[in-house]
Order: sequence, then structure tokens, then C-alpha cells
Amino acid sequence: MAKFKGAIVVDTEKCKGCGLCVVSCPTAVIELARGVNGKGYHYAHMANPDACIGCSSCGLVCPDTVITVYRAKAS
Amino acid sequence: MGDVRLMKGNEVIAEAAIRCGCDGYFGYPITPQSEIMETLMIRKPEDETGMVVLQAESEVAAINMVYGGASCGKKVMTSSSSPGISLKAEGITYLAGAELPALIVNIVRGGPGLGTIQPAQSDYFQAVKGGGHGDYKLIVLAPASVQEMNDFVDLGFELSFKYLNPAMILSDGVIGQMMEKVELSDYKPRWTDEEIEKISGSWATNGKKAGGERNISTSLDLDSAKQEVFNHKLQAKYRAMEENDVRFEKIACDDADYLFVAYGSSARICQKSVELAREKGIKVGLLRPITLFPYPTKQIQEMLGQVKGILSVEMSAGQMVEDVRLAVEGKVPVEHFGRYGGIIPTPEEVVEALEEKILGK
Amino acid sequence: MTATTEINNIISEENLVYKKTDVLLDNEMHYCPGCTHGVIHKVIAEVIEEMDIQDKTIGVSPVGCSVLAYNYLDIDWQQAAHGRAPALATATARLMPEKYVFTYQGDGDLASIGCAEIIHACNRGENIVVVFVNNAIYGMTGGQMAPTTLENQVTATSPYGRDCASTGAPMKISEMVSLLPGTRFVTRQSAETAGAVRKLKKAIRKGFENTREKKGLSFIEIVGTCSSGWKLSPTQSNEWMKENMFPYYPLGTLKDE
Repeated sequence: MAKFKGAIVVDTEKCKGCGLCVVSCPTAVIELARGVNGKGYHYAHMANPDACIGCSSCGLVCPDTVITVYRAKAS
Repeated sequence: MGDVRLMKGNEVIAEAAIRCGCDGYFGYPITPQSEIMETLMIRKPEDETGMVVLQAESEVAAINMVYGGASCGKKVMTSSSSPGISLKAEGITYLAGAELPALIVNIVRGGPGLGTIQPAQSDYFQAVKGGGHGDYKLIVLAPASVQEMNDFVDLGFELSFKYLNPAMILSDGVIGQMMEKVELSDYKPRWTDEEIEKISGSWATNGKKAGGERNISTSLDLDSAKQEVFNHKLQAKYRAMEENDVRFEKIACDDADYLFVAYGSSARICQKSVELAREKGIKVGLLRPITLFPYPTKQIQEMLGQVKGILSVEMSAGQMVEDVRLAVEGKVPVEHFGRYGGIIPTPEEVVEALEEKILGK
Repeated sequence: MTATTEINNIISEENLVYKKTDVLLDNEMHYCPGCTHGVIHKVIAEVIEEMDIQDKTIGVSPVGCSVLAYNYLDIDWQQAAHGRAPALATATARLMPEKYVFTYQGDGDLASIGCAEIIHACNRGENIVVVFVNNAIYGMTGGQMAPTTLENQVTATSPYGRDCASTGAPMKISEMVSLLPGTRFVTRQSAETAGAVRKLKKAIRKGFENTREKKGLSFIEIVGTCSSGWKLSPTQSNEWMKENMFPYYPLGTLKDE
């Protein structure tokens, strides 16, 4: 059981679907959506939210800075 | 009487820069203007006024240092001679495109190419018709004496800040190398940060003010519609210069039947030619454009009811003569006389040319 | 408690651990998906925020993909002609010695057309930070060969692969400038993983701190990707970079005085 629970918020309209967050995530939380945003990009989203530990890796590597990361102590 | 000295034109440019509160000079050695930077290095204004003087690695770097310094709202300048100005052309059009004030001194030598190190006026087109790419104009001042080398440094900065446009002093090896009596200007302090904020705060890139707008120094706009609007603005500025800042001198024009039009060192020669011609009974006057852009077109047109012919005298194959002809619109004969490749015409040659090309018609 | 409710509980101000700095503007970046420029912009913006120097920093942008960098960082900017950013920065830093001046340049801008300006700015030890983005290709003009293009690398102007016998070897600019006495800090970083981004941020912060201490020129090369130019996906580009770029352009600090 992880010590921390995390969550991310993606600005899906600004996301370009590059997928760098997907490969950066150590707990395989993020996937690209099947749907697309207004620009036609498959945006990133939390496909497996329970696994998120709020490590910020996705936010750090995101070239468009569209990911905000939250982290709380696991209850 | 102020500080009167016997000095070389090039040295005076340096002295005038220090005294007018210039913040920075960035240059590269080239004959016949190297005394400008040499004088600055000897004078060490950094110790006296805080003015920065730097020998750049190339003319290209020097003009881009000017671009950087001008972007900060500072009074900055460079100097060079013809081949060096060609290298600076890119930076000059960027300065015009970013609406930045700066002073560029060209001590012209004969060309094309590496040409000669002797004086010439064959960079008129480059100075007033462009030189770099795009629709832009420089404010171009043509000194005819060492005194004007002094005066036009301050005037050049004044006009370039008035219009937010680069200004050029278009001189030549004659005026640059000549020693003459000059009354130097009084010292003006360099602008303080507060003064720069007041004068250039709306555009100078000297740090985004807390809670204020940031400034960007750029000549880029990828939106053609905006780029056209910007070009209209530039053109309006150039029309305002033509309206308000034409400078010229008329010598012996009141009763003149014929007219010399000449600037800079050619105008000095023509002054003697006016005397020689009048001794022969030829009533000729001299109109000396001091600003080559904006050009004294109206002042030439005002002479048209009076004069029967005009000789444009330049140390070139005939460049300014095109602007004289544009002003005259075919109403009287306009001819060109010039020596070039570094040869300076004699006053006698000029009178002979007047007789042959204008009176002989 | 359902999973959704739990996430909603986590997403609250007191749990915030990573968000966009305010020094980065809200303008959507024009860069291609996955472009390293975005990460580098963000890192510079974060350093500016953390050092509280937004009102004292002047950026000089190049010609190339990052010509519009001024649209993204909320500071004063100068936009330089191709390759000339170090000349602008030289004058700016000398005329305003209390400010933080940095150039942001790509490999075409810095290593090709601007080679003279960067070498001499480094040699004079101008008190500036140089951020040099090396992705081994010209991006904006459509993927042509750069001085840093690897041997046999296919580009629009080396369609059969770069022939070093004809075009010379890929230039190791950091190694070159580290030989000049004017440079105080020369490092080569990357930005493909969270760890790399953290290290990059430390390097950029060190550069700006060197400016504050009037130490001279800090040169920070970032080996990055150009997925459009390389014709690979962003994730494949990172793999290609690790496999091909890192051996030739080894990461690490070459000089720290």
C-alpha cells in the first residue's frame, strides 16, 4: 500500500496527446483517451486513478504544462 | 565661447558621443573611421560617464549589440565604413522593424566590394533607399564640416528617439580625416533609470514592471494583416519626418540662374565652385541637403521658377541625382557630375561640368 | 467512499504539489506535440519564479522554432536576428549589470549561423546565461541538417544520411566553449524524464545564480528531440535520443568554476 494517494487534473483542451506523461508514470495511471479534444488530439487522462501516488513525474515532463498534480497522505 | 579645439572629424564623433550622454558604443575597426573607436578607447568614458565601449568580433555583432542596447532604452551607437555597413544592413533593418532608436555612423569609402579606402559618396542609395530588406527608411544626416560631425551626434540621437527609428550620419573619408576647428558641445549627463522609464518605459526591455505590461522588442509578426497595419504606421512616421524634419542650407541662391545640389564634402567643393563660376559671370547657387532622408524635395521645387538647370554633384556615379530628378519632374534639365572610386573632384572641374552639361544645352 | 469522491477529496488546494507557474503565460504553445522546448520553457519560468527575478530578467529569443518564446514567458524579451542573440545579450548585460539576461537558442541558430557570436560572448565571459537546445536538426524550416546532426542521420538536406567526409563531423559545442576561459559553468542536460527535468532545473538555477554573483557566462546545453523532424512519435523520439544522441553528446557537467 502506497503511503500517498495522488490525483492529476489535465487541461484536456490544451493537451496535445504526445504521450510523454504516459511513459513517465511509474504506476501506469495515465492513458490517452479514445476520444479527442477540440484540436483532435487524444488527450491524457487518469485511466487507473487508484494507482496514482502524486509523484509529479507527468507534470514535470509535460511540454505543454497542462497537468496539475495533487497528493494527500493515504488514509 | 565654449570648448574650441582643432580636431579630426572622426575624433569629434567620439567626443560628441561622450558629451551627449551616449550609453554605449559597439564597433569594429575599418578604415577610414577607426579613429572613432580608438579615441573612445583612449578617453575611457566608462570611468567618466559610465558609457560602455566595446570592440565587437565583427560588424554584424556590433550592430546586434546596438540592437540589444537600444532595446533597453539606452542611447547606443556604432560606426563603420561602407563594406562594414553592408554587413550591418541586416541589423539596421531589424532596428527599423522593431522601431528602435540608434545612431549609425558611416564614414564612406569608395566601392563596390572592398573598393578603396579613399573617400566617396557612393553609399547614398544604401543609406536613403534601404540597404537592408523591407520597406524602411533611416533618418540620414550629411555633415559637411567637423563642426557638424559634432552637432549631428546629438541631433541624430534626438531625431532617432523622436521617431523611434535608427538614424545615420552619412559622412565620408574627407570629413572623417580632416582637421578643423570645432566648438564641442557641453556635457549632458547620461539618462538615469527614472528618465529612461519616462522616455521609453512603454517599450524598453529593461525588466517587466510589477503589475505592469511587459515589453518585447521584435520585428516579427506572422499575421500579415497586422504586418500591413504596422507598415502603414511606419510609412506615416516617414511622412511625418518629411513634413517636420527636412534640413538644408542654401548658399547664393537668391539671384541664382543655375543650381548645384550637393551634400557633405561635395557641398564644400561646390561652395568654391559657386565663387569661381560667379567670377566668370555665371550666377549659380548651391542647395545643400543636410537631411538626405527626409529629402529637401520641396526646397528644390521652390527653385524651379528661378533656375534654368541643375547639376547634382556627388562623389558617385550618380545616385542622389535620381532624387533631384524626381523633385524636378522634367521641368528643367538635371545632370550629374561626379568623380568616384576615391577621387575628389576639384572646384574647377565642377564649373567645367556646369558649363558643359547645363549651360551648353 | 467511492473512487470519484476520493479523487475529489484529494484535488484541493492544500494537496497541490505541482502546477503551472504564473511566469508561464496561458498562451497555447505552437510547438509540436512532445517538443522539448515546452519543458525547457517551463523550467526556466519556474526558476525565475523561485528566484523572484521576473522583473529583472530579460530573455533574448532566436530565429528558429523558439522565435516566439516571448509568447510563453511573462518577462521582457528581445527577439534577435538569426544567430545574433549573444550580441544582444552582451550589450543588454553590460548596460544593465543588475539584470538577469539569458539567450535561448537552437542548434542552427547557435552552432551554425551564430557561431562567431556565441564563441566571442563565451570568450569575453559575458555575465549571461545561454540556453542551447540541441535536437540535431533545423525544426522551423522543415528538418534540414544542422551542425549537430549525427553522422548518417537523415534530414531534408542530408536525404542519404549525413556524410561527414563532405559536411564535417557533428559539432560538440559544449566541449568547445568549455575550453574558453570566459565560461564558468558548462553543462549538458536533457529533459526526457522527471529526474532529468529536475537536474535541468538545478542547472538553470545555477546559471542564474552565477549571473547574480557576476561569475560570467553559464552555458547550458539541452539534448532534446524533434519528433516532426526526426519523423518519429514523441516517445520513440526519446528512445532514439537515448540510443543515438547520448553516446555522442554525453550528459553531465563539463566545467563548474
